[in-house]
Amino acid sequence: MADSTATPVHGPELLHHFSTAQQQRDAASLGMWLFLGTEIMFFGGMFLAYLIYRLLYFNEFAAGSRSLDIWLGTINTIVLICSSLTVALGVRAAQMGKRKLLVILLLLTLIFGLAFLGIKGVEWYAKYKEHHIPGMSFDAGDLIRDYPQIHIDPAHEQIYFSLYFAMTGLHALHMIIGVGMFTYLLYHSMKGRYGPEYYTPIEMGGLYWHFVDVVWIYLFPLLYLIDRKPLG
Amino acid sequence: MSEHVLSSKMYYGIWIALMILTVVTARVAFIDLGPFNTVVALVIATGKALLVVLFFMHVKYASEKLVKMVIVASIFWLLLLLLLSLADYGTRYARHG
Repeated sequence: MADSTATPVHGPELLHHFSTAQQQRDAASLGMWLFLGTEIMFFGGMFLAYLIYRLLYFNEFAAGSRSLDIWLGTINTIVLICSSLTVALGVRAAQMGKRKLLVILLLLTLIFGLAFLGIKGVEWYAKYKEHHIPGMSFDAGDLIRDYPQIHIDPAHEQIYFSLYFAMTGLHALHMIIGVGMFTYLLYHSMKGRYGPEYYTPIEMGGLYWHFVDVVWIYLFPLLYLIDRKPLG
Repeated sequence: MSEHVLSSKMYYGIWIALMILTVVTARVAFIDLGPFNTVVALVIATGKALLVVLFFMHVKYASEKLVKMVIVASIFWLLLLLLLSLADYGTRYARHG
């Protein structure tokens, strides 16, 4: 740029309170990470509640964990990891200006996200049929019958399932918000809004999506894999 | 704009590692390791989380020191919450059989 005193040439996406596009990007990135910091605190409280009750009522947590479908849980973990890959490749496609590829990858991400929610729904429905949803119709009789080796208190069993539904429910809520966000990103990608000079929304949406993936990476072993080894 | 773009090969590599670790953690859960089942599950989960954060979220390559400080501070806060609370609850009651 020869004439440095003239108004800098930039796209319409640079807001007037930022000097450069790089500064705007850095601000967005810092803000997003601060938000994710508050999300860590948000989920952190739940993880703490889980850890304390698991320490107190290990038998009930083990029995409840065994009643979850480990196959669906593993498949859902794989689905989320695949969606994280398509998001990471999507950010890369935007950086390189491959707009068509970006649209395809965002579409794939949405499909993976919806598949995750669908599988989660199937699991929740199974729990509904087994009367494992905490409340008036809760019944731990099947678990007491299945695991006579360990003492199971139905009231404590309800705590496991309360935490199961609260934690997977909060996670699923984040997934639903993520699906909404990526629908927005997909719409604007199809209009060719993002390219090498401006892809901040894709990058920030990606950070959110990966974060939700990381939360699931911990939820999967903590809820599904507590005590799968043969009972002695 | 000098954002450097990472190779797609690296992303596929991380993806394969995450898939393998997922299958490993699901299989290992069925082997009796005594109290180490939980330790192994959490170590694998942390390994997976690190792969996602460092590579997919670009923390290793393209982030400012300020962003790194926010991340470290957040994790430090989480550890304070978990470890100090468990130090209390873990020693408050007699062990349940």
